[in-house]
Amino acid sequence: MGAQLRVYKRRIRSVTATKKITKAMEMIAASRVVKAQRKVAASTPYAQELTRAVTAVGTGSNTKHPLTTQAETVTRSAVLLLTSDRGLAGAFNSNAIKAAEKLTARLEAEGKQVDVYIVGRRGVAHYNFRERKITEQWSGFTDEPSYGDAKKVAAPLIEAIEQETADGGVDELHIVYTEFVSMMTQNAVEARLLPLSLDEVAQESPSKGEILPLYDFEPSAEDVLDALLPRYVESRIYNALLQSAASKHAATRRAMKSATDNAGELINTLSRLANAARQAEITQEISEIVGGSAALADATAGSDR
Amino acid sequence: MAAELHVAMVAADREVWSGEATLVVARTTSGDIGVMPGHQPLLGVLESGPVTIRTKDGGTVVAAVHGGFISYADNKLSLLAEIAELSDEIDVQRAERELERAKAEGDAHAERRADVRLRAVAAR
Repeated sequence: MGAQLRVYKRRIRSVTATKKITKAMEMIAASRVVKAQRKVAASTPYAQELTRAVTAVGTGSNTKHPLTTQAETVTRSAVLLLTSDRGLAGAFNSNAIKAAEKLTARLEAEGKQVDVYIVGRRGVAHYNFRERKITEQWSGFTDEPSYGDAKKVAAPLIEAIEQETADGGVDELHIVYTEFVSMMTQNAVEARLLPLSLDEVAQESPSKGEILPLYDFEPSAEDVLDALLPRYVESRIYNALLQSAASKHAATRRAMKSATDNAGELINTLSRLANAARQAEITQEISEIVGGSAALADATAGSDR
Repeated sequence: MAAELHVAMVAADREVWSGEATLVVARTTSGDIGVMPGHQPLLGVLESGPVTIRTKDGGTVVAAVHGGFISYADNKLSLLAEIAELSDEIDVQRAERELERAKAEGDAHAERRADVRLRAVAAR
């Protein structure tokens, strides 16, 4: 076998192995997307009921709560960025990070100080590499977040927002995550979680236009709101984590699909080249034999004379 | 007055139970409360404790609920909890083990959780 042919054969083998791996990863990601979507759907009833309850308290009473009142001058905001632990997901992480950077720049332009909270190793690595300050970070659960994880993330954030700004607390909480629209579309979005604007919540609730009954609060509207709002924040963060996980798997699936397609194409091109090399080798061998025998025939013809 | 109300018990990550009931008894921060069809619209904070649901066919469903809310309006009652388990789902031995462990470690939260689970099973 010629040297050229051997090189092609070796490259085909290695690309075939890569293709097998990316194909497997694509299928794993595809099954995980379905699982993550199911989890999003399973968490919806709770989120819906909670939204309804928040709307009910918000519209049914004139209670003021630190989590719903807008500070007159916002000096510090918290930004929670959701990324993934692992890469190989196309532009998934860089899109989320870019959205967070844009939001941070906007907030800073408004004269606010920004505290960054990050979920996921990719985002943490990005900020560490640039030696930027991360207030708090979490990782290890981004593929399959549980409600406990959401609680863990929400706790310091709620604490920060309840604290006075002068003591290091924050006035606003923004969240940047990747919204799962469909298998093909995922958007990095930013949303202000706190202070809660009840009009927005009312718009989101599924029962738009429905007149809410006059509730009897047990023990009192303030206490209900006190207990309700942290749960609401947790449930929103949980939902964002789940959507982010589903988006990440969808992005991985797409990235791996194109990697598999590319590998297939590469194999095609390489086998054509290998075939051409083999053919050239055969042609050369034939011409060598023919040339050799012709020379031999000439030599014998000469000695006969 | 309708003779039954629709109950939906939802935990953070799943719907635990839903169906028609004639009476729901739950523990709020200010005491036990029983809700029957036609109750005034209500929104309350739940203590962790067992919740008893009397279904329309006379059966009883007991669940251990750890914190959360009860809300009732338009003959629909929803019980929201971060963690909620039906008494049938509770592993008694595990709960007992956990109760002992929590007592030994002085973990008040875990002790309360295990206690509520056991009480829910006992009320079945």
